Amino acid sequence: MTPFFTRRALVGGALGVGVTLEFAGSRAFAAVDRALARKKLVVIVCRGGLDGLSLSPPVGDPAYAALRGPIAIPGFGQGGGALKLDETFGLHPAMVQTYALAQKGQARIVPAVATPDRERSHFEAQDMLESGVTKVYGSASGWLNRVLQTMGPAGKGVGLSVGPTAPLILRGPVETASWSPGGAAEPDRRLPGILQDLYAHDPQLSAALATGLSTEVMAKTAQAQVATAAASTTEGQVMAGGPTVAPALRQGLPQTRKLGTTLAAFMTEDNGKQVAAVSIDNFDTHANQGSSQGQLATRLAYLDAFIGGLSDGLGPAWNDTIVVSVTEFGRTARVNGTNGTDHGTASTALLMGGAIRRGGIVGDWPTLQQARLFENRDTAPTVDMRALFKGVLTDHLGLSRAALNGVVFPDSGGIEPLRGLAA
Amino acid sequence: MGYDKNLMAAIATTRLGLGAKADEIIAAKSDPQGWLSTQIRPQGAEIIDPQMASSADRLAQYREFQTTRKQARAAGEPAPDPVKMAIQLIRRDAGPDFAGRLNLAANTDASFRERWALFWANHFTVSATKVVTATLIGPFEQEAIRPHVFGRFEDLLVASSSHPAMLLYLDQARSFGPDSKAAQFLERSGKPAGLNENLAREIMELHTVGVQAGYRQADVTEFARAMTGWSIGALNEGDRSGKFYFRENAHEPGARVILGKHYPEAGYDQARWVMRDLAASPFTANHLAVKIARHFVADDPPPALVARLKTAYLGSHGDLAVVAQTLIRSPETWTPQASKFKSPYEFLVSSWRAAGTGPGEIQDAVRAMTAMGQKPLSAPSPKGWPDESAAWLDPDDLVKRMAWSETFSAQAVADRDPGQLAEAALGARLTPLAGKTIGRAETRAEGLSILLMSPEFQRR
Repeated sequence: MTPFFTRRALVGGALGVGVTLEFAGSRAFAAVDRALARKKLVVIVCRGGLDGLSLSPPVGDPAYAALRGPIAIPGFGQGGGALKLDETFGLHPAMVQTYALAQKGQARIVPAVATPDRERSHFEAQDMLESGVTKVYGSASGWLNRVLQTMGPAGKGVGLSVGPTAPLILRGPVETASWSPGGAAEPDRRLPGILQDLYAHDPQLSAALATGLSTEVMAKTAQAQVATAAASTTEGQVMAGGPTVAPALRQGLPQTRKLGTTLAAFMTEDNGKQVAAVSIDNFDTHANQGSSQGQLATRLAYLDAFIGGLSDGLGPAWNDTIVVSVTEFGRTARVNGTNGTDHGTASTALLMGGAIRRGGIVGDWPTLQQARLFENRDTAPTVDMRALFKGVLTDHLGLSRAALNGVVFPDSGGIEPLRGLAA
Repeated sequence: MGYDKNLMAAIATTRLGLGAKADEIIAAKSDPQGWLSTQIRPQGAEIIDPQMASSADRLAQYREFQTTRKQARAAGEPAPDPVKMAIQLIRRDAGPDFAGRLNLAANTDASFRERWALFWANHFTVSATKVVTATLIGPFEQEAIRPHVFGRFEDLLVASSSHPAMLLYLDQARSFGPDSKAAQFLERSGKPAGLNENLAREIMELHTVGVQAGYRQADVTEFARAMTGWSIGALNEGDRSGKFYFRENAHEPGARVILGKHYPEAGYDQARWVMRDLAASPFTANHLAVKIARHFVADDPPPALVARLKTAYLGSHGDLAVVAQTLIRSPETWTPQASKFKSPYEFLVSSWRAAGTGPGEIQDAVRAMTAMGQKPLSAPSPKGWPDESAAWLDPDDLVKRMAWSETFSAQAVADRDPGQLAEAALGARLTPLAGKTIGRAETRAEGLSILLMSPEFQRR
């Protein structure tokens, strides 16, 4: 990559300082547009309240082991121990592929991040995380959809959600696609054409059908590029797929990985999607959460397999990609009476991709000393989730301050973007 | 009511019922509101299967399966594969329970009653996130929900909150008061046990007053303390085994303050009194009124309808039969505009009803629903399945519905006239455009597919 194409040259030098841009001429404009059009952003929403103290256990924090008791992840070098990031933090031992990225400087943790919500309700907190506004149920559109509204010439930023229904984060006025494995539409059948006529007076249905059909064609192309064969869905998965069920672990991992490679194929084909959102459910571990192994370890293995599939599948495009994995809230610092944890406040976000800047943890670590716990109960937040997103959107996708504060996160004027996260 | 009886009959069967079966619209035409209100009855909704094992039996079987495995391990024998055993339990129990529920929905003559029951089952969601809850969902609905859906809401709330399925799903069964005798005993034996606030929180947030009530973390914790002791009898506890059992020794001693109200120590009754007050709260009345109006009429429910339902709830002390009658008698319910988009479950059930068939092989239905984003028995959270169109009206979902319609229609249409099927399924709601398009179909199967995918069939 020539120096001209580094992010700083493009965004800091050109877009960040508007004056330079005025005189840069159309060639520079085009170069900026081309470079920005290659940038990719994937947001993974881990639903249920992912326990940050297990995802990135601060095993070097003196208070950690005692607070966590039976669910503490063992220290570095011990059997089932944390995978060492620095003297304090490691990654959960199930996060093998993510750890490999971290060792290349392509994965970092944000260990004490939270939305502005403090009510510990899944639904309120997810709503705030995805709508990007501080009033619960305050917006019917998601902030990633509003990112698409602000992005460059029409049609450049295209969104995709993985899963049969679109999550709030991507819902909104910009038409986005959603895709899940298992479609069977044949493009040359009669019925789609008949329905397109029948839906002429129903704008919602006609738009959804048109998008669904074109996505289906893209999916076929994308899947053809993916070598991994999918095992057919078995009854065990269909009806028993859940956090405590082992078939998920044994049979689900290759499929989850494939979900990552297929999403990557969507994003790398011509006119591929620049922005995508993925949901992973079932992180609500109130009881029998487990330690190096167990319920949460299984869910984390899923997350890791998806990340691995995505990073491998993107190939060279990985260098233009940032992936942010977040959750609605963290969990209590202390283990509860049923060897699980209850709804808490701050948790860990993962910042990954070939386009991130190498470095240590993002944000301050408040420590787990009793006096520092939020309401004597939870990891205290040191980073506002919006500051993290705004930093990535500024440095990576080149969004302006006006777009960020006016459209994407409308009531966040007082929250400064966390800069310097992108390479 | 100022609307035409033909249109009202079509709305009664498709919006409030689960979709019209052959001749149903004709039967409802003389008195559409009466057709609905006669479905309200004190004994509640249908029992899915009188032969279904009780939750206590299911729990005993589950524990037996765990014991077999432990014994084999202890004896050094190869333990049975837990995955295979889990699949077996689900195939044997949860699959047929679910199939029974689908068959009931596909065939019942009282489909408003069934929709009303499904609404409450979703309000008090138990999801198959654990193998054991998967096998208890059928018995839960049958024992705790269906008998109470036209009774007092308070009774429904207590039945749900004390049922083993809910106690296990939301981790209440093993919540111990930190200062209880049991917790102290366990502490001494090196097995510390404590409070779990999961069920208490969801009762407040999802089942009763909702977040609008402005309760704090301290209220949740206090309610969780009051609820300690609400548990299940263990395998070796004789008659109590697998049934609700109040464990005095696990109950946190002392008085509690919840939402500003003082509750003296009263053992089991302490949490029971909190539930009585939660059920009587105007916040609960409002929360339920909004949810009912949203489910039956529109994503943004008409405020006048919400107000009527709320008044009916408060005036009748939470009598759900009165609330259901109010829904039927409110003009807003009958607006010609069909603004609800069917969930995959509703879409499949109404398709079977329109075609006069049923779910057939349960695996086909499971596969279809999973592809459309509504995996059976697996609501994504204790909040249950979403009820807004935006959650279901989605490009991928729509393409999956189309693919399913084609396969289904090819098998189901036989030698019937799709035009007549459309008349019977939609009555006065069938638009001239859809009628004409169905009439021009190349094959009967294509005609049925067009009916099922028409905007007026997808919406209700």
